[in-house]
Amino acid sequence: MSVGCVLVVGLLFGAVLVYGGYLITVLQLAMIYGIFCLGLNFFMGYTGQASFGQNAFAAIGGYGTAILCVEYKWEPALALVFSMAAAGLTSLVVGYPTLRLRGHYLAMATFALGLITYDISVQWTSLTQGYMGYAGIPPLGIGPFTIEDERLKLLCLVVLLLIGLWISQRLRDSRFGRALRAISGSENGAAALGIRISRYKLAAFVIAALYASAAGSLFAHVVGFISPEVFGLQMVVVTFTMLYVGGIGTVYGPALGAIVASLLPEIFRSAGRFQDIAYSAVLLLMLIFEPKGLSALAGLVRSRRAKSGG
Amino acid sequence: MRTAFGDMPLMAVKDLAANYGHIAALKPTNLHVASGEFVTVLGPNGAGKTTLLRAITRLIASSGRIVFEGRDVSGLRTHELAKLGIIMVPEGRGLFGEMSVRENLLLGAYGSGAADIEPRFERVFGLFPRLRERIDQIAASMSGGEQQMLAVGRALMAEPKLLILDEPSLGLAPRVAFEILSTLGQLNKGGLSILLVEQKAPLALRLAQRVYVLSSGCIRAELPTYEIKSYRDLTRYYFH
Repeated sequence: MSVGCVLVVGLLFGAVLVYGGYLITVLQLAMIYGIFCLGLNFFMGYTGQASFGQNAFAAIGGYGTAILCVEYKWEPALALVFSMAAAGLTSLVVGYPTLRLRGHYLAMATFALGLITYDISVQWTSLTQGYMGYAGIPPLGIGPFTIEDERLKLLCLVVLLLIGLWISQRLRDSRFGRALRAISGSENGAAALGIRISRYKLAAFVIAALYASAAGSLFAHVVGFISPEVFGLQMVVVTFTMLYVGGIGTVYGPALGAIVASLLPEIFRSAGRFQDIAYSAVLLLMLIFEPKGLSALAGLVRSRRAKSGG
Repeated sequence: MRTAFGDMPLMAVKDLAANYGHIAALKPTNLHVASGEFVTVLGPNGAGKTTLLRAITRLIASSGRIVFEGRDVSGLRTHELAKLGIIMVPEGRGLFGEMSVRENLLLGAYGSGAADIEPRFERVFGLFPRLRERIDQIAASMSGGEQQMLAVGRALMAEPKLLILDEPSLGLAPRVAFEILSTLGQLNKGGLSILLVEQKAPLALRLAQRVYVLSSGCIRAELPTYEIKSYRDLTRYYFH
């Protein structure tokens, strides 16, 4: 990632931490979505598969943590880890048969998964409170130490995102990551080299589910309230946007896309009723002129500098 | 089965057949490759040559029996056959274009330990020095000839027992095609068993010990190449 980009992001966060206000909440949500998108990138970016249902695992994370903390008084950190384990196990069970599908069929199957989970969260009112949602979710913390200050929450989320990024980069550059990217290039070509396609696809699916669950749990702890709409179709659309704007298949793209796509609506807030049009127009222009996403811009600048000898 | 290279072939297929829907692209076919042998499969376009190779490597559903090193491997999947040493360089090279030369080669050695990587790199660079120069270059940005070298090099990283190639000279300049096929001949002289599907018949016939002619999904002829006086001897089988 270019030094300039890191500097800009660093300055932005610095300014928000100093001045505070509503932007802290915007960036908190950007960090949470960034974690979600990092996981989605494993499956859709590195492995080249389609998934319209990762919101299901975010719901497992969110509701898991909410129920364990509110009903059973679990420690938030423990509830988060347990919910991730539950999401991982669910993804293993669901993924094993589903991932035998390819292309559009896989996309539709995962879409169905998201819809089913949404419906469960609406209908199973004795567990999820239905449309009323789950309130009173405690903030993140361990033992007597809880993170209630908004700035501290943001810093904590930044650290968690950086950890997620580090894991993503290490795995991408490993033998495991190369195998995923080979599957993305050509499943037959990868199989012909001895790569067991089904196993790697399932591993990527489970990793994506773990990230999604973590994001769902963090949302619950940061906001203190969840409802079915949080993990509905809107989440699918927003996270896809973030992933493609940032750069699908890149290491930093998902995080960058989450930050940019979260801040853009705030930039156009003064446009009033034209806010959504302006936001959509800018996204379209980004994708037209840089279809590989914003993270590809650094590479473009580097190659132009190399050509000019600068 | 007795072969010129000994009694037991390295690989033998019996009644291997494959369909695309209701079209019998490959009718029940028998073929074998002995250990250390260079076998080529020739035939017109649409004969079923690529289908034959894809059926052998289980990239498509097929019926029939495949025996490799004396073991029935008919039920194994593509990645399992690769682990046994059956490595294919597909038509069109099958490179991972967004990955570098280094990454493509490392994927070739997917099933091996870290200690084996460097010696294998050196072996491949010895055969294709240009790959060392281009080690960090993205595969999609290389020329056709360099990509074909990379495809063969990647296959060699797997230390195959049987190297299967589908039209490696396709789209290449004659000089480059000659260079690559000559390298295959060199590898065969070193003991590597090769099954080659090729359009450039004269060059393939110079390197191979035996030839199959495939037409309309059937083997029409099987000959030792020394019996072939000219390429025209074979073409009568093309339009059977």
